[in-house]
Amino acid sequence: MLQILNIGKFILFRTIKFIILLFAVIVCSFLLVSYSPVDPIQSYLGAEMMVVREEQREEIAEYFGVNESKTEQFFHWLTMFLHGDLGTSLLYRQEVIVVIQERFLASFALMAISWIVSGIFGYVLGVIAGMNEGTMIDKAIKSFCFILASTPAFWIGILLLIVFSLWLGWFPIGLSMPIGMLAEEVTVWDRLKHIILPALTLSIIGISNITLHTRQKVMDILESEFIRFARAKGEEGFRLFARHIFRNTLFPAISVHFASFGELFGGVILAEQVFSYPGLGQAIVQAGLNSDVPLLLGIVAFSALFVFIGNLLADLLYYFIDLRIKNGETI
Amino acid sequence: MKNQFLSIDFDNTNYKRRVLWKIIGLVCLFLLVALSGFWIGEEQLEANMGEKNLSPSLQHPFGTDWLGRDMFFRTLSGLHLSWKVGLFAAVISTAIALTLSLLSSVNHFFDSLVTMLIDLFLSIPHLVALILIAFVLGGGVKGIVIGIAFTHWPSLTRVLRAEILQIKSAEYVHVSRKLGKSRMWIIRHHYLPQLMPQLFVGFILLFPHAILHESAITFLGFGLSPEQPAIGIILSEAMKYLTMGMWWLVVFPGLSLIGMVVIFDALGNNLRKLLNPN
Amino acid sequence: MHIVYELNHEIQEEIEKIQNHLLLEVKNLSLTIERFGKGWTREHLYVIRDFHLKIHHGEVVAIVGASGSGKSLLADAILGIHPKNSIVDGMIKYENKLLTEKRRKRLRGNDILLIPQMTNALDPLMKVGKQVKTLMKQKSYQKSVKQIFQKVGLDPAVYDQIPSACSGGMIRKVFIAMALASEAKLIIADEPTNGLDDESIEEMLFQLKMLAKDNRGVIMITHDLEAAMKIADKIAVFYAGETVEVVDKKHLKKGGKFRHPYSRALWNALPQNGFIAIDSSQPSATEKLTGCSFAKQCPKATKKCNMEKPLLKEIGHDEMVRCFYAGM
Repeated sequence: MLQILNIGKFILFRTIKFIILLFAVIVCSFLLVSYSPVDPIQSYLGAEMMVVREEQREEIAEYFGVNESKTEQFFHWLTMFLHGDLGTSLLYRQEVIVVIQERFLASFALMAISWIVSGIFGYVLGVIAGMNEGTMIDKAIKSFCFILASTPAFWIGILLLIVFSLWLGWFPIGLSMPIGMLAEEVTVWDRLKHIILPALTLSIIGISNITLHTRQKVMDILESEFIRFARAKGEEGFRLFARHIFRNTLFPAISVHFASFGELFGGVILAEQVFSYPGLGQAIVQAGLNSDVPLLLGIVAFSALFVFIGNLLADLLYYFIDLRIKNGETI
Repeated sequence: MKNQFLSIDFDNTNYKRRVLWKIIGLVCLFLLVALSGFWIGEEQLEANMGEKNLSPSLQHPFGTDWLGRDMFFRTLSGLHLSWKVGLFAAVISTAIALTLSLLSSVNHFFDSLVTMLIDLFLSIPHLVALILIAFVLGGGVKGIVIGIAFTHWPSLTRVLRAEILQIKSAEYVHVSRKLGKSRMWIIRHHYLPQLMPQLFVGFILLFPHAILHESAITFLGFGLSPEQPAIGIILSEAMKYLTMGMWWLVVFPGLSLIGMVVIFDALGNNLRKLLNPN
Repeated sequence: MHIVYELNHEIQEEIEKIQNHLLLEVKNLSLTIERFGKGWTREHLYVIRDFHLKIHHGEVVAIVGASGSGKSLLADAILGIHPKNSIVDGMIKYENKLLTEKRRKRLRGNDILLIPQMTNALDPLMKVGKQVKTLMKQKSYQKSVKQIFQKVGLDPAVYDQIPSACSGGMIRKVFIAMALASEAKLIIADEPTNGLDDESIEEMLFQLKMLAKDNRGVIMITHDLEAAMKIADKIAVFYAGETVEVVDKKHLKKGGKFRHPYSRALWNALPQNGFIAIDSSQPSATEKLTGCSFAKQCPKATKKCNMEKPLLKEIGHDEMVRCFYAGM
């Protein structure tokens, strides 16, 4: 009972901190945007600026609240925000919330698959490298991670596109479903085909972080006293790993992986761009390029939420492990 | 009953010397690439419709693009641009990091302030912040440089702040305080000399990040106009011509970028090995 | 009648063989670690230079030496789990057969078991009982492990706890339980009495003696000469990486004294002998020694001691000493 209370307190405290932070993010973003040399009316109308009559312009200006003072605009926007109304997207002519909702599922599927795949591969590679420290395989894995970290994420996507879509023709070139098909006709297999390459791209990018962390953790554990004793008992190789190293390294690895939600989101933006995958990433790029302020702010706030959840889960995991050890329970 | 000797490839005092040579080699390589950018004139970048869509050859080691422009020179200019952007961004970032870390050492209030600022900047993904700032500043080189500068200072600030905390608690700082030396004096004569190695290494290591992010944001379309040969733009434009099978438009610029990033990373890491005999 | 006689004779021979059966014999053991000193220079640490040991079934042999003299690494060297950047040289025979790397791998945890010094030698996230169960040779049931726990004085409920929930004393008992569970023939106890109060020391020594009485060989590595003298059948004195003396308890019981000046000094430093302090500094592990390693502190040192290195001389059956003026 006490434990649940404590965890509850922990989450509550963090959530409050996040809300304050989110508020700060929103305020700063809004301030930044409002001082930018962007005229919302112009971006909305685009080339049709010239053709529009004065009264219509007035109406649109009203709508966008351009004639209000900055503070009024902000409070206007804030009240809308608190009511769950993030405004209307200029680009998609829909409510921002709706846009985010629609595209979130697509991006989420992509991110979830990549996160899991890169987590598994990264962990395994890290363990192999850590347990074989100093050997060729360790050096190879280290170099691989080093070069991977120096590679632009989108370039990997383009390469995969060239190899698997153009040369081999195994996968489609982009989007999330075949063009021209009705939504009802799209099968799971179709969706899968479209998601594999972007997911593969994202997975590859996400490996190096968890691999290097796990490698270090494995190496640290191998130096510890209880491993010396385990080896004295004759345990080694895979048995040593399965018995002792696995449970001592898995959760820290997962925790670190949760904390990489930020990079994951950044990667999604690039992957979606390469594969024209209609998710949040593509949306925020379009919003930025086309001065769709409400949508841009909305996705910025959403990304902050995403990073927050990732960090919270990472810390909760550590907290949970600590708790179990203190109570003398196994994991 | 001899057991295997897992010997590490250091070799007495030659180690430091070897690291030094690696650094010199890297710097030369880098200078070669960087300075070449200054000598690439309009001519080499010109469109030449008679030579369009050529795959790599002796004449055009990286091939040509759909406008007949030589890709080798375009790539080099792209790299040149990247490191210039990286330089500006890194300088500004480092300056911010130094200022903020020193500020945080003044008293508890400022420390909390700086920490909160760091948390603020780390609360949204790097790329998202970049997009936001680039958008706000209306794009262009200015937008990118400032964007990168303002998103990369947090980690360096954290490192410097930790260093300063350590220095602060040292004997000789206490002594200087008691002797009544002004804060500025302490900063100049105690903090800064100690921080120099970290600062320098941190500065160099900012480059790889800056370059990668610069290519990412130009790829997305923020910032530079399509004529300017930034690697990101080269790659995003190249995507339109992939179906024509012109793989060299993508492979070589990408590899060159990776090369440059690796050089800076290696430079930074080797410098760290030299300056931190741990 | 004829056949019965022969049978008896054979049985007699077998018994004799077992009794004189050398369990472990170590000769000229050395362990050198390669390390990095200041400023990237490579240095060699001669942690063990020339170690000798003999132990039979049912015997307790104590290796006595000052703290930090590299005694723990002795256990590592014999077991073959020494650090990666080190070389081990010398001869080790287990049950009269050469101990190769391959054989050692098989024997670790089966025939030869280490009882570690630190209580954090157990996996912090695994149940204690499970960690003992993995060592059992025959039917590994929870029940059999719990029986062993009772035998060493542990509450069977300890089976389900993890190390952080157990006291130091309990964990030490777990180590003894492990020794029993594994049915190992050779037990190496690394500083078993370190940091314990008198009562716990007695308890621990008792347990170790019981292990030995069960026809096992127990090597006890310790800096506590007093404890060693309580249960050891033979005492090997370790100084500067070398065996400087091996003495049989029977000799001491008869009123004999230690033969090596260093051992004598250790003896004199015991409370009941007057607490005569000695300069317990040892030559640094990086020094290459010429002459006797103890020469600089030895009250009996002569010019010969400084120039020539004394070799181990055998005295009687199982005793040896490394000194030109042994016993004088």
